[in-house]
Amino acid sequence: MMTNAQLDAIREKKKDLIRVRRVIKEEGEKLAAKTGYRKQVLVCGGTGCTSSHSMQVIAQLEKSLKELNLDDILVVKTGCFGLCALGPIMIVYPEGAFYAQMTPEHVKTVAEKHLVKGGEIVKELLYQGTVSEDGSIIPFAETPFYKKQMRIALRNCGVIAPEDIEEAIGAGDYQALEKVLKEMTPDDVINEMLASGLRGRGGAGFPTGRKWSFAKASPGNVKYVCCNADEGDPGAFMDRSVLEGDPHCVLEAMAIAGYAIGSNHGFIYVRAEYPVAVQRLKIAIKQAREYGLLGKNILGSGFDFDIEIRLGAGAFVCGEETALMTSIEGHRGEPRPRPPFPAVKGLFGKPTILNNVETWANVNPIIMNGAAWFSTIGTPNSSGTKVFALGGKITNVGLVEVPMGTTLREIVEEIGGGIPNGKKFKAAQTGGPSGGCIPAECIDTPIDYDSLLAIGSMMGSGGMIILDEDTCMVDISKFYLEFTADESCGKCTPCRIGTKRLLQLLTKITEGKGEPEDLVKIDELANHMKQSSLCALGQSAPNPVLSTLRYFRKEYEAHINDKICPAGVCKALFTYHIIPDKCKGCTLCARNCPVKAISGEVKKPHVIDTAKCVKCGLCIANCKFGAIERK
Amino acid sequence: MDNKSAFHGSAEQKARLTAVIEESRSTPGCLMHVLQEAQGIYGYLPIEVQTMIAEGLGISLSEVYGVATFYSQFSLKPKGKHRISVCLGTACYVKGSDKILAEVEKQLGIKCGECTEDGLFSIDSCRCVGACGLAPVMMIDEEVYGRLKPESVKEILDKYREAK
Repeated sequence: MMTNAQLDAIREKKKDLIRVRRVIKEEGEKLAAKTGYRKQVLVCGGTGCTSSHSMQVIAQLEKSLKELNLDDILVVKTGCFGLCALGPIMIVYPEGAFYAQMTPEHVKTVAEKHLVKGGEIVKELLYQGTVSEDGSIIPFAETPFYKKQMRIALRNCGVIAPEDIEEAIGAGDYQALEKVLKEMTPDDVINEMLASGLRGRGGAGFPTGRKWSFAKASPGNVKYVCCNADEGDPGAFMDRSVLEGDPHCVLEAMAIAGYAIGSNHGFIYVRAEYPVAVQRLKIAIKQAREYGLLGKNILGSGFDFDIEIRLGAGAFVCGEETALMTSIEGHRGEPRPRPPFPAVKGLFGKPTILNNVETWANVNPIIMNGAAWFSTIGTPNSSGTKVFALGGKITNVGLVEVPMGTTLREIVEEIGGGIPNGKKFKAAQTGGPSGGCIPAECIDTPIDYDSLLAIGSMMGSGGMIILDEDTCMVDISKFYLEFTADESCGKCTPCRIGTKRLLQLLTKITEGKGEPEDLVKIDELANHMKQSSLCALGQSAPNPVLSTLRYFRKEYEAHINDKICPAGVCKALFTYHIIPDKCKGCTLCARNCPVKAISGEVKKPHVIDTAKCVKCGLCIANCKFGAIERK
Repeated sequence: MDNKSAFHGSAEQKARLTAVIEESRSTPGCLMHVLQEAQGIYGYLPIEVQTMIAEGLGISLSEVYGVATFYSQFSLKPKGKHRISVCLGTACYVKGSDKILAEVEKQLGIKCGECTEDGLFSIDSCRCVGACGLAPVMMIDEEVYGRLKPESVKEILDKYREAK
């Protein structure tokens, strides 16, 4: 069993080492001297960067350090830094030099020129956003991508080595659990959570403290604490990043909740599609047990708590709380009617609380810094921060954490770096298949739970997909309906049949067979589904259609009345043509055409045989003269 | 099920599955875990394997079948030697992953969810592998291929064809 004193000793041992990664320049250099490591090199080992081969970067780094006899440099494999578009990322401290898109050759160069004694930063390999025009280096925390962010849930992601519990302890994990067990009663914990105003980060935004207080009030000796890590919204990956970057913060928070509601047993339900996260969770649980931070009599308090992992198997509906619990029980993951709510009758029929990964990641800072501190961040009804997975047509694809109330404009234009290729911002899709679109005219909306609902979208788990002028809003609605129709569990009729019928109507419109009354049918059907579906999947499935109809009705009408797709996406509604005046007869298009639909003599205007054309778009992408049009 | 995919399980596979069933049967809600392990052992979940699980855990075959067909991770058909998985998550979709899938289907002459005659490739779509920074992406076995263009598909597939 670990004692409080031993925990303090680990913190003391690791404190400076981790602090070097949070402060840079002079203070960092002074600290680095105390740690015994001249430099620390952090390489992202999250899924985003490993997909772009960061493991090869680490292997080369270790090889180079050995060859150059640099044994005073510490290599740390961390979780996600956030700027996934530039992976693999490598940061060298104490300078805070932010190297992007590293290859093994680049690593060799950096080792030889920068990491050696007296070496200097290799500017041309840095993320160019950190190099100013006069050649001086801007700390990456000052770059537009990081400057407006506020990292609470992601505080340790990209800072610590997630597979080393001592690094996690050194960075502050388990300090809140220690405080709770030593100084607070279960009611104190719940009151603190209530006062903080923390709302569920999984999407629905239910106050976390209230959930806990209901479960505490439920009678019974056996209760459960569950973590929803079944991140199903395609394009959202913040939960995975927390699990990969700081798994201990989730374990700690679940133990705190267990103490608060009187539970000794936790379950983490995690997607099997996240192998790295699963592996790190397994390591974290094993280490926490070895250090006595999970198991019997934690820190001598008499409180027992342990956690099991359960793997999902690919069903979107299992993100719904009752379906998730049914799935943990080993059945088909179908939801059931509420009430009774899980706080009364949940997993295995016992009182249960279920919170999302990002929600858990906020618990430690609330306990340590107090509810009063937390509630000053964000907006009055949505306190704290929110992590968004920024993706789609945006320059800085990645993970960002901002205070609630930040406007969409700040996220898209400043943090996200705008839309690539000179295209125009059209809309942001939030909340995935259950959410909606925020159009350009609402770009100054402050983002929190209530303002998003007011404009017909929802917070959702935090996927934020940016769409540009080339995206067809009818097609994107159809995309989401295909998803929900496929993922509907089939238990209740409004969802099972409603999603199919909505999809049929949308398909009909994108194929150019739409009729004006289809929009009336969509509206009526959507409202029936919202009112009568059993769970949130069916109730929210029409949202993508309703919100695009609200803001982009003209686009639907263009498909139906004029039989055109203004964005040029729906293949049935346009053909390709060559503009004779612009065509130089270079023959490039004819040579590229996979179906030989283009003909013409050299140096004379070509023509496209629309009967043969499969509308693949290769010709338009390759024409150097802008001589091909879609209409 | 057609003859081509007739079930051939080895005694060694059966012994491994039996061991998994034995060590799991006392855990409440273990069915999904057993199915996941079984799919790891056999590569898929034919009715013969489901029957062994039902008998081993003392539950009905309909219950096993119900769970096996509910979750997209479980496959009742054999997969190819190389499993291609094209991401159709939103971030990839808006960057044209539907065209990548179409190209893979065209190159291999099979549809999503199917396996090639020679058993070398099978194609599936998936929802977000979390490498949105590289969109559009596909996975072949454990390898992630990012920033794809339809033109680059053939070259990638050829690598696996040659390695055969």
